[in-house]
Amino acid sequence: MRARYDIRVSGGAFGREGLSPLPAYGERPSGAEGGDRVRGRLRTSLLQIRPLTPAPLRFARLALPRKALSPHAGRGIRRRHAFPGHLLALVVLVLALSGCNGTQSALDPAGPQAQDLARLFWIFSAVLGAIWLAVMAALGLSLRAHGPSNIDPLDTDPAAERRHSVVVTILAVATGATVLVLTALSYAAQKNLFAVEEEEAVTIRVTGHQWWWEVRYEEPDASRTFTTANEIHVPVGQPIKVKLNSSDVIHSFWVPNLMGKQDLITGRENDIRFVAERPGVYRGQCAEFCGFQHAHMGLLVVAEPQEEFDRWRDGQIKAADPPRDPEGRKGQEAFLTKPCVMCHAVRGTPAGGRIGPELTHVASRRTLAAGTLPMSRGNLAAWIVDPHGVKPGVNMPLIKLEPDELNSIAAFLEGLK
Amino acid sequence: MTRIAPLLLLALGIALAACEREDRSFRPKPVASETEEKIALAPLSPGSGTPTVYTSGKGEEFEKNAYHLSQGKQLYKWFNCVGCHSNGGGGSGPPLMDDIWIYGGSIENVVHTIREGRPNGMPSFRGKIPDDQIWEIAAYVRSMSGNAPKDAAPSRDDHMHPHPSENRTPTSPPVSGGTMPPSGQAP
Repeated sequence: MRARYDIRVSGGAFGREGLSPLPAYGERPSGAEGGDRVRGRLRTSLLQIRPLTPAPLRFARLALPRKALSPHAGRGIRRRHAFPGHLLALVVLVLALSGCNGTQSALDPAGPQAQDLARLFWIFSAVLGAIWLAVMAALGLSLRAHGPSNIDPLDTDPAAERRHSVVVTILAVATGATVLVLTALSYAAQKNLFAVEEEEAVTIRVTGHQWWWEVRYEEPDASRTFTTANEIHVPVGQPIKVKLNSSDVIHSFWVPNLMGKQDLITGRENDIRFVAERPGVYRGQCAEFCGFQHAHMGLLVVAEPQEEFDRWRDGQIKAADPPRDPEGRKGQEAFLTKPCVMCHAVRGTPAGGRIGPELTHVASRRTLAAGTLPMSRGNLAAWIVDPHGVKPGVNMPLIKLEPDELNSIAAFLEGLK
Repeated sequence: MTRIAPLLLLALGIALAACEREDRSFRPKPVASETEEKIALAPLSPGSGTPTVYTSGKGEEFEKNAYHLSQGKQLYKWFNCVGCHSNGGGGSGPPLMDDIWIYGGSIENVVHTIREGRPNGMPSFRGKIPDDQIWEIAAYVRSMSGNAPKDAAPSRDDHMHPHPSENRTPTSPPVSGGTMPPSGQAP
């Protein structure tokens, strides 16, 4: 099991020190000082550090200092120096448990709809996990059991046959019953999810675009209807109805803490209802692959007490305040004469584009570019000057701006609270 | 086996060659100033020969590219070209799906028309639409009369259009003065 390898040592930035070849067991690399070509012997087993180590860890080991891999260290010591198995298990467990709560987790429900789904998840996991364990235990037992080695296939034992058929019948019936019970539970949960229990307090129309969310608060009084983007505010404890539609391809609206998924389809209106019972900020995400920046199509749902929500809504209905400082005024001037105005709207100014997100109160939002960047003046400037560096393939174009214009536009947008 | 192997390799090579139909840069080049095109608005020139023109070559790159053509189609709708030119049939603006090109039918001429504007209603979009996007719209406008490669032109209409989708539109190259439609010809 000894193989010969030719290893070419790069003389570039990472030099010989950075990527030195691994020496064979009990051998010193020969000719390392001599030239670029090092002829060494590697035991193939050296690379198979432990059978079940995931690939990234194996590479990590290759990058470890030579001491950790030293043949003199011995097997036990090598283990301790490298990546102990129990530490790996702990990391996996911590990562798995961290999925159980947070701003974007179906296992940390903040409303009755999400609660139903989380309950369903745990029941299914418990029942199916128990069945899996039972099957594995039975398999293990049968592998350990030793029957007589010389069985005559023609030999019959009616008593044993009867015993076997009873067991098989019981298992078949149990399987059928499990499937039926789980189906009934799932059906009951869905019936609950899609039931309209009370009239909605707030109706929101959400339109999916590549790759952002247009949010329109609908009111019978047209003067109280307004548009925003990528951030939805809702009052705590009130039933909310979301009407979903898409302008280009199929998207899916999913705020795991509050509800299940619902698709946004062009030319069709889908509804989803939810109640947020706990104040908080919950992250949502497009859950249907919709193009290059699908992963950067996020939104926030901010659940807040009724008074705070009313205050927010009144603020959003108002047109943008005119900029107070000269920098902002210069920025507004640039905004209105540059290509920005072709796609974006700022109520209170002549900008009325309906192609990109509405910017009337852009600085009141927590994030920029559909949950991609935190809102700040620096990020606003970064997003304007290089949108494709942040979200490659995005529809926001590169535009020609002088540095002072960029600065002023960022100042103007930052003032749109 | 040894005889089949080269054939298989060749087939694999051909199949792999089909993987990349075109290049699309996800990060456009940093914005430079608009390209310098020297175009002629008339087919006549004193003396012999046609007018002297100079093109930057950007048009060729955009006209053969499916991504640019479909972006152009989207921008055509977004920037409300439909408002005057309809979906090619024309309204208060001239139709774009025929072979009559008042200001020239090459992509450079169309780019100039969008940049500079034209008398009697066509606004100038200089400084309002970035240069690359103007080229995309111009490439799409030419595909409306079938002047784009069939494998790159858009293949779908989301709305009612007066003509089949662009990749099925019969090619009608620009004709000086345009051809008379059958309805206008004397009996």
